[in-house]
Amino acid sequence: MSDFVLNVNGAKMRVSAPGDETLLSVLRNRLDLTGTKYGCGEGECGACTVLMDGQAVHSCQILVADAAGSKITTVEGLEQSGKLTAVQQAFLDAGAMQCGYCTSGMVMRATALLHELPSPSEAQIRSRMNGNICRCGTYPRIIEAVRQAAHSTAKGGAR
Amino acid sequence: MKTLPIEAVELAPPDSINPLHCFQLDRRNFLKLFGGGLLVCLTGEQTLAQEAGRGFGGRQQVPADVSAWIHIDADGKVSVFTGKAEIGQNIRTSLAQQVAEELMLPFDAITMVMGDTDLVPYDAGTFGSQTTPQMGPRLRSMAAAARQALIELAAKQWSVDAATLTVAEGRVSNPANKQSLSYGQLTRGEKLVATVSSTAPLIPANAWKVAGTPVPKANGREFVTGKHKYPSDISLPGMMFGKVLRATGFNATLDSLDTAAAEKMSGVKLVRDGDFIGVVAPDAYTAEQAIAAIQAKWTVPAQPSNQNIFEYLKNNLESGSGGFGSQDARPQRAAAPAPSTAVPAAPSTDSAAIQLAQQYTVQYIAHAPLEPRAAVAQWKDGKLTVWTGTQRPFGVRDELVAAFHLTPAQVRVIQPDMGSGYGGKHTGDAAVEAARLAKAAGAPVKLVWTREEEFTWAYFRPAGLMELKGSVARDGTLIAWEHSNTLSGNAGLPTPYNVANPITQYHASRSPLRQSSYRALASTANHFARESFMDELAHAIGMDPLAFRRKNLTEPRLLAVLNAAADKFGWAAAKSTPSKGFGIACGMEKGGHVATCAEVAIDAAATTVKIMRVVQAWESGAIINPDGLRNQNMGAIVQGIGGALLEAILFGDGRILNPHFESYRVPRFTDAPQVEIVLLDRKDLPSSGAGEIGIVGIAPAVGNAIFAATGTRLRDMPMAPSTPVPGLTPSPFKF
Repeated sequence: MSDFVLNVNGAKMRVSAPGDETLLSVLRNRLDLTGTKYGCGEGECGACTVLMDGQAVHSCQILVADAAGSKITTVEGLEQSGKLTAVQQAFLDAGAMQCGYCTSGMVMRATALLHELPSPSEAQIRSRMNGNICRCGTYPRIIEAVRQAAHSTAKGGAR
Repeated sequence: MKTLPIEAVELAPPDSINPLHCFQLDRRNFLKLFGGGLLVCLTGEQTLAQEAGRGFGGRQQVPADVSAWIHIDADGKVSVFTGKAEIGQNIRTSLAQQVAEELMLPFDAITMVMGDTDLVPYDAGTFGSQTTPQMGPRLRSMAAAARQALIELAAKQWSVDAATLTVAEGRVSNPANKQSLSYGQLTRGEKLVATVSSTAPLIPANAWKVAGTPVPKANGREFVTGKHKYPSDISLPGMMFGKVLRATGFNATLDSLDTAAAEKMSGVKLVRDGDFIGVVAPDAYTAEQAIAAIQAKWTVPAQPSNQNIFEYLKNNLESGSGGFGSQDARPQRAAAPAPSTAVPAAPSTDSAAIQLAQQYTVQYIAHAPLEPRAAVAQWKDGKLTVWTGTQRPFGVRDELVAAFHLTPAQVRVIQPDMGSGYGGKHTGDAAVEAARLAKAAGAPVKLVWTREEEFTWAYFRPAGLMELKGSVARDGTLIAWEHSNTLSGNAGLPTPYNVANPITQYHASRSPLRQSSYRALASTANHFARESFMDELAHAIGMDPLAFRRKNLTEPRLLAVLNAAADKFGWAAAKSTPSKGFGIACGMEKGGHVATCAEVAIDAAATTVKIMRVVQAWESGAIINPDGLRNQNMGAIVQGIGGALLEAILFGDGRILNPHFESYRVPRFTDAPQVEIVLLDRKDLPSSGAGEIGIVGIAPAVGNAIFAATGTRLRDMPMAPSTPVPGLTPSPFKF
């Protein structure tokens, strides 16, 4: 066990954990930030996607020791003063979910994507999002949500 | 391994579960849970409609056959209690819409309380597309009765004729003098119980204001902010983390076990009960380390593999034709009691221009819900409470009752809205395991299956072998039809086409893998076979596949979706070329009518196939939520692409060989075609379920499109797997 200070959603969080425990496990099981989901633990499904210094990563593939010192954003850290981000709002508006279990990972992946490519093509959306699985099959709606988020951001809507 | 709890669970087909199980209401003194207000219960057969009024608050017993109830509190807030489970099909939304409609309230006024065995009446489970046709009308009836009871309360208070009063926005009004009272005010804070029969008039679909509209997912905001707590997100004070030791194969026997290293770990407790071996630890990381540190040697017997599965199934037929069929799929001719391996001879076919016989197969596939099985179990004050993801909360309660020799009143199962199921979460495997670990630990325990465990120790959609024979007269009239299914089931087996004396048979067989329900059951396999075979017959007789279907079809609802899909798709102008193929398929079951058109692109070397566009027309009676209906159809198509082209569980000698998303390829973003859904709204017909049958058209439509482009007929699902399935002729196509 070692002591780490994680910077999560703008707050410094002290946590005691083995250095080779995954960031996903620490977020969910030690910090009770359960918005980030376990889907496979193998970096194959994207349910655990978080932002590390703005980059989308599979938190199941990151060791907590390697996450200390980075700015980590989870789905719980997107909403500001009760206002959803453009991506969150677009997922609601497009009805881009069924069971919703993949949604937080999708939202995080889409957030990183739009940060890098503010107006992505459909092909870019598909290829950048391809590491995230939705078993309910709502991909066409998620693509539409990402498009809508790009559009509303360009128009100066939510960040 | 036979003594492992998950192996001890007999997977009864859902439709064999007795739905008349009694709810032990008297023991719970349920009414104490409520404050003042009106509780409305619906009975089955009896007509106990009582006048709403002060005189009838004294009744403190509710009949045992109540299947759901509605409570309207003193503030006018409405709570609806049902044992149905929300698994992504969005019934939390569609059921609330129906209650809001009949109570003449806005959607937001309704709170659904679902899947908590201590709070809701008994329900057999959420499967078979039954929520919409059965629970929907029940809730509507109750809500309508509640509305009537409130009107009568007002009439009594005002001493006027109830027929002169009106209801809107949660208030009863007297147009004569503009008096009005809210629902809450009418109950005056008293505990009123109305036991009603289903005779109150319902609002017809063509007058719906809340039902019939695209209300967004209830609590959608909780999902985009990560606040919703799924079963695997539940956390309790003092909770420990569990892991279960898995054998290296099915039906294994344990030869030796060394747990010394695991037991030395700080805070780890070993739990052993027969061949059930698990650990609990203060944190998830340590639990994983501890289970990995256990040295166990197993002997796994030789078992069938993909290579010889269909031969094995034919050689291991079992008597009885029960299987995993749906309730409404009856053999069109009584199945032979002792199934033979040979399909019966075709009827006289003298006038036949062509006769064909073909065989089709489907492989075992996994549901792979993104949230694996998970449970948190707590023993407290002689009561076991388990939070878990299941489509059958009461079924899981019964499993726990049996496993721990408890009474139903000692077990509470709570099912938070979960990370999907698709028919794959009927059992309480993780719940039983977590409860066993928690009992030993003396603390609440969370158990979350790994993806590999989910792929291996859950159950599978059965494989199946379909054998078809048919004859067509020169004018395209079907004159003989035989269709048998071995193992996968009889759902979707009857043909909707007009043909004299069709023979359909289901042959049960011994499955080497644990198998049970999967979205649409065997309908997917049987529609793949039937609609592919219809396409083969059409081509053999030289008819357009749509024209051939129309010629042999008079079922108006199926014809309507077939025509709607073809029109939207532009079938008449869709001429296949070697690089582009168009296919069509249709089917109906459980009140759902579907027709699917697919366009595929084939590369120049004819080695890769891509689905470009899918148009699906759907009709299931009056539409309760068009947005939800589109979502279910689109999702079913995308998920169906997996089984159609990609997915197969690879197995052999008791092992699953591809228990990871890396090797078990599921549909992803780049696989999803352009999807257009055409909804037909039959406001004159009762609403049917829509979570399942939307999946049956995509596989044959795609297979038929590939044939139209290439002349290659693919008769095995998956049709274009990324790695060849042993025992199948390798597909010439990659997806």
